[in-house]
Amino acid sequence: MMQQVIEVNGLTKHFKNITAVDDLSFSVREGDVYGFLGQNGAGKSTTIRMLLTLISPTAGNIKLFGMPLHSHRKEILQQIGAVIEKPDVYKYLSAYDNLKLFARLSGVKVSEQKLMQQLEIVGLAARAKDKVQTYSQGMKQRLGIAIALVHDPSLIILDEPTNGLDPQGIADIRNLILHLSKEQKKTLVVSSHLLSEIEQVATKVLIIDKGKKIIEGESAQLFDPSQTIIELITVDNNFSLHQLQKSGWQKNLQPQREHVLLLKLDRKLIPQLHRDMVNMNIEVLSFQPRHSLEDYFLQVTSGNQHVDAFTN
Amino acid sequence: MWTLLQIELYKIFRRPRTYIAFVAITALITIVQLGLKVDGKEYAAFVMADLSNTLQIDGKIINGYFVCYVLLQLLLVHVPLLIALIAADMVSGEANMGTLRLLLAKPISRTQFILAKFFASTIYTILLLVWLAILALFLSMWIFGTDDMFLLKNNYAVQIERVDIFWRYAGAFCFAALAMTTVAALGFFLSQFAENSIGPIVATMSVIIFFTILSTMSIPIFNLIKPYLFTTHMVAWKEFFDVKVNSDNETIRGTIQRPDRLINSALILFAHIVFFVGASLYVFKKKDVLS
Repeated sequence: MMQQVIEVNGLTKHFKNITAVDDLSFSVREGDVYGFLGQNGAGKSTTIRMLLTLISPTAGNIKLFGMPLHSHRKEILQQIGAVIEKPDVYKYLSAYDNLKLFARLSGVKVSEQKLMQQLEIVGLAARAKDKVQTYSQGMKQRLGIAIALVHDPSLIILDEPTNGLDPQGIADIRNLILHLSKEQKKTLVVSSHLLSEIEQVATKVLIIDKGKKIIEGESAQLFDPSQTIIELITVDNNFSLHQLQKSGWQKNLQPQREHVLLLKLDRKLIPQLHRDMVNMNIEVLSFQPRHSLEDYFLQVTSGNQHVDAFTN
Repeated sequence: MWTLLQIELYKIFRRPRTYIAFVAITALITIVQLGLKVDGKEYAAFVMADLSNTLQIDGKIINGYFVCYVLLQLLLVHVPLLIALIAADMVSGEANMGTLRLLLAKPISRTQFILAKFFASTIYTILLLVWLAILALFLSMWIFGTDDMFLLKNNYAVQIERVDIFWRYAGAFCFAALAMTTVAALGFFLSQFAENSIGPIVATMSVIIFFTILSTMSIPIFNLIKPYLFTTHMVAWKEFFDVKVNSDNETIRGTIQRPDRLINSALILFAHIVFFVGASLYVFKKKDVLS
């Protein structure tokens, strides 16, 4: 059985009156490429920062490698490499000097040969001794990834790794993620606001919006064109949820959003769901099948206009 | 911790900004030395104008020791700006560059991180003072030679024998290091609250200017708070150049007139350092890194 590398339960973060992350729970298995999706401001970076102890949670538990984060911070962070948002490094130092400095901070002594190898992997060996202030955004991004990998971590967290990159840069990062996952058997958490990016690399996906979990599942299922997400608004959602939980539809229920019940099911089962809801006396106000994850994701992340139209 | 300290020093001394302070001190000192070398006699005549009718002084008034004293009086007012340039940038500069999140995602404790950064800024401060000592004392001794030191205080004059001076400068520079470390600690503390360097640098200088004005104004209400202001105690290095006298009003070699004041000031400055670093630790350990 694969070990859980990340286990997050009830994670919440308030900034004064703003709830950035709201009762978020998810888990990442060893070997996963875990896609973390949500629009800008959805709470992805705040969650990632909590995983890296940069932000302390208001509530909730985080376990990494089976250890509580708050009490095993050092052991855990030794096994993590991360690029957090922009790949900012010391611009007055060269790529080689930056890499050496961060390798030392990670607690490992890395030979010059290994450092150069690392820069070779991200395509920066030829510019290794140039100051970073002369680098393009793409080169800085690649240096950030080299820094994340230099101490050979088993968990790699990449927060919006393709931000500001040209198409070739995006493809390079995608290939690198696949290489790290398949060839080096690393566990990766990759956040993005673009579904298309995550779709191509992730084995499991979590979508969050306004700090809340919207949906989580295996990519193979979520991206399966035969699978549909049903958005359901009923006269009494609590009653409907209770009825569905008691029925055989329990396994199809997804974490619900405000005023909306979500079920994931095979399109062929939609007529059966209709019949069962009538039998369970569920009074339906709105029944919206979302034909693909992308359709659903765009709807969720474009301001919830559709949902609000029904709930107001 | 040692590795962290090495890394912090490496970063400080790889930044061009670090050398601004060394260049500024070099320029200021050499200009003053040049001026005194060219017009030293006129300067001495001006300083001694009030005493010229009542006192006959043999020997060189403008000697290396005297020049160093003049330089310290001039520079120790301005050096805090140069210290703040680095110390107030230690944390806010990392936040500004975006490297703070990268550093704190590494397996290092926040306590070690803060202490390493503070010790690094202290080492920078001490190196700046060593450079100041080399130029202000040793270079002045080389250029102007040595002799007894004649100083005019508010309402009396002090003459210190040539052989009795050097240890006083050693003590004065050690005390200046403590005073400047207090400035570094203040800048470092203010650095926790900003995500750019300008704010903490300006705030540090504003606090020093404000406290210095309070320290120097002789208004009764200010006299109550003066003993608690670190700026009052930063100038206590001058106590090393006040000498005890015997019943014949002759200076007693190897003495300081008010060592208790010196010790008291040193303790107050040390307490400020402990407070600022402790507060920095407290604030930083609770800080959410959002930069």
